[in-house]
Parts: sequence; structure tokens; C-alpha cells
Amino acid sequence: MRKDGTGAPVGRRVVLGMLGLGAAGVAAGGYLQNGLDGFLASVTAKDPTGLSGLLPGGQGFRFYSVAASVPHRSDTDYRLTVDGLVDRPTTYTLAQLKAMRPTRLVRDVQCVTGWRVPHYAFTGVRLADLLAVVGVRPEAKALSFTCFDGVYSESLTLDQARRPDMLIAYEMDDKPVTAAHGGPVRLYAAPMYFYKSAKWLSGITVTDHVQPGYWEHYGYDVDAWVGRSNGRDDAPTS
Amino acid sequence: MPLRLEPPATETALRRFTTAERWIHRTTAVLMGIALLTAAFLYLPALAELVGRRRLLVTVHEWSGLLLPLPLLAGLVSRAFRADLRRLNRFGTHDRRWLSAALRYRTVPRPAPAGKFNAGQKLYAAFVAGAVLVMLGTGLIMWFTHLTPLLWRTGATFVHDWLALVIGVLVAGHLWMASRDPEARRGLRTGWVARAWARREHPLWEKEESRESAADAADGEPHP
Repeated sequence: MRKDGTGAPVGRRVVLGMLGLGAAGVAAGGYLQNGLDGFLASVTAKDPTGLSGLLPGGQGFRFYSVAASVPHRSDTDYRLTVDGLVDRPTTYTLAQLKAMRPTRLVRDVQCVTGWRVPHYAFTGVRLADLLAVVGVRPEAKALSFTCFDGVYSESLTLDQARRPDMLIAYEMDDKPVTAAHGGPVRLYAAPMYFYKSAKWLSGITVTDHVQPGYWEHYGYDVDAWVGRSNGRDDAPTS
Repeated sequence: MPLRLEPPATETALRRFTTAERWIHRTTAVLMGIALLTAAFLYLPALAELVGRRRLLVTVHEWSGLLLPLPLLAGLVSRAFRADLRRLNRFGTHDRRWLSAALRYRTVPRPAPAGKFNAGQKLYAAFVAGAVLVMLGTGLIMWFTHLTPLLWRTGATFVHDWLALVIGVLVAGHLWMASRDPEARRGLRTGWVARAWARREHPLWEKEESRESAADAADGEPHP
């Protein structure tokens, strides 16, 4: 009998084969995931156990939060405070926001780490409309957003905030924004990576300079254009 | 651990793993456990909504993954570990026989004799080694979002997620098989296994060891 430890190096071949497959998966994964998403969505729709919803892709959104728990605020308790360099600091209720002219946007949602939810509807008030109501002072340059999870924050320049695709959203997929999705009211910065779309929005302060948000302290782009930062032209988001 | 202290133990027990090897296994297991557990809390919506704290979890996950290959690399200074890596890497004719017997297990439930590691264990070791490297590469692409274009990050997320699922299933299988074999667990806990177990599970290795100890005895060398 030959000594164990001789023969073909199958272990090495398996390792190298996996590295090759991994690289091919990175190169082709974007396309594969698109096809798979459609298939998984059809499976999940017919699956009574809900287990297929745990497979990668298919379910679309992934739950990201830096807070310890999902904060809850009822529709009646909800308040949005707008202050800083404005003529009329105001606190809005959800009913008051809904009374303003609604805007509905259907775009692709793109997370900076790679996942994407195609063709998704957000409804809410344009930031530009709200800013026009409260009156922005001439020295104002930027907006700082705070959240009632007590941790998260975001920022936009005044020019970015006045784009027609920046919303204070209270509906996703034509239904009220759920607590897990950042309801009752969240930011929706359509042309930017989804970390800009702060959940559980509770405050907007107009400032004279950009105050970087939560993830931007950890190296993420402050100007997080899906199209122009990180090398991609991305029509479906903007 | 009386088995290690009794000199005649070698007649009933065999040395399977050195201290260094057992620590390589332990530290790798702990890091893999942390990586899988944090992955579950980052990925499964129900668990993620339960604990939130994404940055903390991400940091722990990233570092456990980054450190995961280190025990193996540090272990390369151990001669015994290098010898076992060689055994894991090489497939002899007995491994092919073992695999084909395992694949025909339902019709012919008789395992073919294995060496120190059977072919299934060899494939598992190679898979984990490859998987850790692929997870490391795709993880770094997702960690440092400026390294690559977005399409690559989508691809990296795709590979990282699906491979994580496969790793989770295989590690669960690994733990399940260990749970059914106390002697195999004792081998990794104490370094020693019963000779009878080795004769049953790894007969070629047991034979090899007896020949070596017989040769040692013939040389008049004291057995360790």
C-alpha cells in the first residue's frame, strides 16, 4: 500500500477552481443576479413557508440600520422639525406633509455595497417645495438631516436638495413607509446611493456648510451620485 | 487527561493531532463561528431588525473574516500540520475508492478504507480553504467601495451571499457529523483517539501508525 499523502493534488485544484469560479462570479454576478431576482420573486410569491425569501436576492431590500432597534413613531406622534438658516422655522405633522403637493418617483434603488431594487415607487413631498415654504436665507449652503433612531444623520448641499428627485417620502410602493423601512417618514435621495436616503427622518437643519452624515465619517462619499461617484453611468436612478 | 500520561496508552490510543494543530482548529472555528453569526445578523431581516447596530456588526464581521486565514498561515511553522496539509491535498487511489463507495452508500452501505483523513474530509478542507479566500476577496470589494466599479460590487455581493449560504450549510453538516462522533471530537480536544476507532474509521492510517511504531520498537527508540 502506498503511503497516504501521495497522489494527485486534488485539494489544490479545488482551491484554485473555487478562486476561478469566484472571480467569474464577481464578473458575471451582476447579470446573473438580475435573472435570478425575477425567478426568485416568482418562487417567493408561491412559497407559503417564506423560506425562499431568505435566499440572496429576490426579496429586494435588505434591512440596514446602525441603531440598536427599530424605532417606532405613530402617524399621529410623528413630527418633522425644520430649522437653522430659514425664515420660518416650522414643525410639521405627517398630516401637514401629506397635505402638500405629492410627488411620485419610480427609480432603481442602488445600495453602495452592490444590491439593487429595480423600478421602485416612492411618494412624498419634494424637498424643494418644503424649502420654498420655510424660506431659505441667502447665507445657507447645505442641509443636515437628523433621525429619530438617535444615531443616523445625513447631509445634502442646497443645490442637491433642490433637485426635483429629492423627496421627503411617506410612501414606498404606494403603501405607507413601514417602521423597518424608516417610516412613517424617510428621506429619498433618488440619484444617490441608498445610504443618503436616511430612515426615520425627524429634523432638517439648514446650515452654512456641509456637515457629513453618519457613514460619511467612515469614508463614504458625501456627494454619493450613483452615476458619477465610483465610476458608473446610471440612468435608471436619475 | 490520563490517556496522555499513561505510557502504555499507545497500545490502545493513537496520537491524532498535536497541540499546535488543535489550536489552529480551535481559533479557525471561533473566527468562522463569529463570521457566520454576525453574517446571520447582518443578512437575515428578522435578526437584523432585532439587533440593528450595523456598524458594530460589520466591524466584527470584517475583522473576523480578515483574521480567518491567520491560524492556518501561522500553523505552517508546525511540521505536523504541514504533513497533515499534504495528506489533505493529495488524493490516492484509496480516496477515489472511498468516494465512489460513499456515493453508492444507499445501495452498498460499506465504506471503503480511509487514510488519516477520508476523501470527504479532504474535500471539505479544500472547500473551506477556497471559500475563505473567495469570501475574503469579495468581502474586501464590498468593504472598500472605491476599489472597484459598481458592477463588480454587485457581482461580489452575489458571490458573497450565495457562497455564505453554502458555507453555512456545510459548516452545519460538519458540526452535525462531529456531534455524532464523540471519538473524533476527543481527537480534537485531547489530541488522542482510541486505536479501535482509528481501525474502524481510518484503517489505513492505523496500519501506517502500527508499522511506524513497530519500526520504532525495532530500532530500540523509546516511543514518545
